[in-house]
Amino acid sequence: MAVVETYAGYGPIQAQRFSPYADNGGSIVAIAGEDFAVIGSDTRLTVGYAINTREQNKLFRLSDKTVLGSCGCWCDVLTLTRVLNARMMMYNHEHQKVMGTQAVAQLLSTMLYYKRFFPYYVSNILAGLDENGKGAVYHYDPVGHYERNYYYAGGASSALLQPFLDNQVGLKNMENVTKEIISLEKAVAVVKDAFISAAEREIHTGDAIMINIIDKNGIREEKFALRKD
Amino acid sequence: MASVLCPDFAPPGFSFENHQRNAFLVKKGFPAPKATKTGTTIVGAVFRDGVVLGADTRATEDTIVATKNCQKIHYMAPNMYCCGAGTAADTEFTTASISSQLELHRLNTGRVVPVVTANMMLRQMLFRYQGHIGAALILGGVDNSGPHLYQIYPHGSSDDLPYCTMGSGSLGAMAVFESRWKPNMSEEEAKLLVRDAVAAGVFNDLASGNNIDLCVLRKGTVDLLRPYEVANVKGQRINTYKYKKGTTVVLKQKVVPIVVEDEVVRKVPGPDGEESMDTS
Repeated sequence: MAVVETYAGYGPIQAQRFSPYADNGGSIVAIAGEDFAVIGSDTRLTVGYAINTREQNKLFRLSDKTVLGSCGCWCDVLTLTRVLNARMMMYNHEHQKVMGTQAVAQLLSTMLYYKRFFPYYVSNILAGLDENGKGAVYHYDPVGHYERNYYYAGGASSALLQPFLDNQVGLKNMENVTKEIISLEKAVAVVKDAFISAAEREIHTGDAIMINIIDKNGIREEKFALRKD
Repeated sequence: MASVLCPDFAPPGFSFENHQRNAFLVKKGFPAPKATKTGTTIVGAVFRDGVVLGADTRATEDTIVATKNCQKIHYMAPNMYCCGAGTAADTEFTTASISSQLELHRLNTGRVVPVVTANMMLRQMLFRYQGHIGAALILGGVDNSGPHLYQIYPHGSSDDLPYCTMGSGSLGAMAVFESRWKPNMSEEEAKLLVRDAVAAGVFNDLASGNNIDLCVLRKGTVDLLRPYEVANVKGQRINTYKYKKGTTVVLKQKVVPIVVEDEVVRKVPGPDGEESMDTS
């Protein structure tokens, strides 16, 4: 190790090594209801303190029943979703049917763990309808650990968004509340409000959010403006 | 009671008491706490009759917005203001310390303090501390020789310029100045240009944002416009988030009755011996 100089007692200065990863920000929120799932993500793509674009959709339609929200290192997102689409198409040709949400969920986990020692630097949240038509949300870590729940937040602002969802959707840390399944209107409003608040305090979050609403009639898309600073 | 930690009169200057200990802790893998950096856009431009300074109002701690409306245009003297970028505490204390010395200087000499004087005091102080005081400053003012604008770096170098920008948003702001600044602008032209320069930083640099503050310095008058513009309105939330009474868990309840043990009424005599009633 080449030590150049000791600088004011803060340790030796070392040469910068090549880093294959970039952090392009982005946050995702998904909420599942009885017969629907809502997934939203911001549309800002960043690197460091700069904005690459203000209108990058981070939601990927995998089928009429499944949407993947993906953010983190954007080049990994692109590769991951491209390979995932190819794998889904192979399944389609082999079995003559579209992959269900649960099957996609398992496939994604397998694909992530395949790269266990050079992982995709990506936050994934999968939303859709399961084989019974019920809303489903899956959350992943970068190397393939996954879990189904009915709400999740991921990405740059996840630390700000998740506690809000725990309280407003999970109805956690409250006395005298009746636990009821969230309505579509409330779910969409919570997604928008969560991002409004995150854009106030997290510098990588802003510009706009793209929302996909998945139900038995298919997928509806909605755009909602956020602050642009 | 005086002690080492709390002396009757603190000696002037910085205390380096814990330097050795902290260097040792850093070596053992215990990093020093991070100071708030104001990733910032600060700008200044000279116009026909004075100087316009501009700044955003966001202060960040890593990726989190620490303050949405902080004041980055600091008062220096009746004819001088100074924008600060870098370590928030350093910019505030440096400008406050020099401002105090400038006021004493003004009282001593009985004249309008020249802007070069403030520039010299700031750069000499910053050079003495070899860049450890992380203050990047834009000093603007009007004195008997006309309007002046100085750009001062944390290591103590400075430039006398017709327009300048500093902070993480300085590239966007400088692009606006380079394309549109010209000599002998009117006040309105200059204000608009400075506003647009700060706005370029606010919208294109993630560490800058929220409002735009301006300060117009003319001969004899100063306007601090804060905010000059609310560049970004807060989003309107759809739901209301009021909690019903009884939502918070009560873990323990204890009632302690206040027992009155004794009751004493004491008469306080007024200046004339008797207690005088306030009749004003």
